[in-house]
Amino acid sequence: MADEGVHYSADHVLEYPYVRSVGPTVGAFLTGLRDGKVVGIRGTGGRVIVPPTEYDPDTGDETTDVVDVGPEGVVTSWSWVPRPRPKHPLQTPFAWILVRFDGADTSFLHVMPASGPDEVATGMRVRPEFAPEAERVGHVNDILHFVAVGGGA
Amino acid sequence: MSEPVTMMAAPMRLDYVFTPGVAQGKNMHGLERGVFIGQRCPKCKKVYTLSRGSCPTDGVPTDEIVELSNTGTVTTYCVVNVPFAGQSIELPYICAQILLDGANLSFMGLIQEIPAGEIRMGLRVEAVWVPPDELGPTMASVKYFRPNGEPDAAFETYKEYL
Repeated sequence: MADEGVHYSADHVLEYPYVRSVGPTVGAFLTGLRDGKVVGIRGTGGRVIVPPTEYDPDTGDETTDVVDVGPEGVVTSWSWVPRPRPKHPLQTPFAWILVRFDGADTSFLHVMPASGPDEVATGMRVRPEFAPEAERVGHVNDILHFVAVGGGA
Repeated sequence: MSEPVTMMAAPMRLDYVFTPGVAQGKNMHGLERGVFIGQRCPKCKKVYTLSRGSCPTDGVPTDEIVELSNTGTVTTYCVVNVPFAGQSIELPYICAQILLDGANLSFMGLIQEIPAGEIRMGLRVEAVWVPPDELGPTMASVKYFRPNGEPDAAFETYKEYL
């Protein structure tokens, strides 16, 4: 048959428009973000976990007290992204950063745009840049990105 | 402050390029021309519709291309009565396994132009295609199957395909 040379390809999209309930602990965190602040939760021995978990990850004990942290924090680790992919939160070069908020004992993953990796350093102080109040919905993207505090690395 | 946040939108999305490959490409080229394509196993001589290019029994390529009939037999069926998200066809409707004449494998198709209560095993049907200018390399080229007026097929003719 003359079919031999026919080659097809097609764009496919698979999409699930999920909405999920978040529960009281993650709900407290997202409510905080919507209201322009960051909260953690107190785990075993008093350490503060951010973002809050429903159980202490080491002991399995239930966590209880929601506590305010930050808004400033310190970068504990980072990774430079010179060429963002289409689904990255920023479309200009940026660093994935782990931030330990002031008053917290664990680190939180977010992004910080910069003109090069020499502007990012472990130990530098940063703060979150929130979306305008009217645009915040209770989602991690309510923090647009982080910025260096006081002149950067 | 407004109410606490209790819900979060968490959409999932995967976009990708699908490449059907040589065997499925042949089937799709047939659909684009308004013809069902079968592929025959050189060893057991069975003809597979919508073949993936090899015989699942003998493990050899199904190289021989066969143009199949536009008519076939309903081997089994399901009447859909329950509404669901994304439903695009009016209820109730019939999904049937259709064994095309000359094929040794059935596939699922939509049955129309018959009341749901009259569907039965052995019903003889024919494919209704979209207009020629709407044909494409997709099963959507087949609008549905409908009764073709022939007497029902005897059970013996399709009992091996249930």
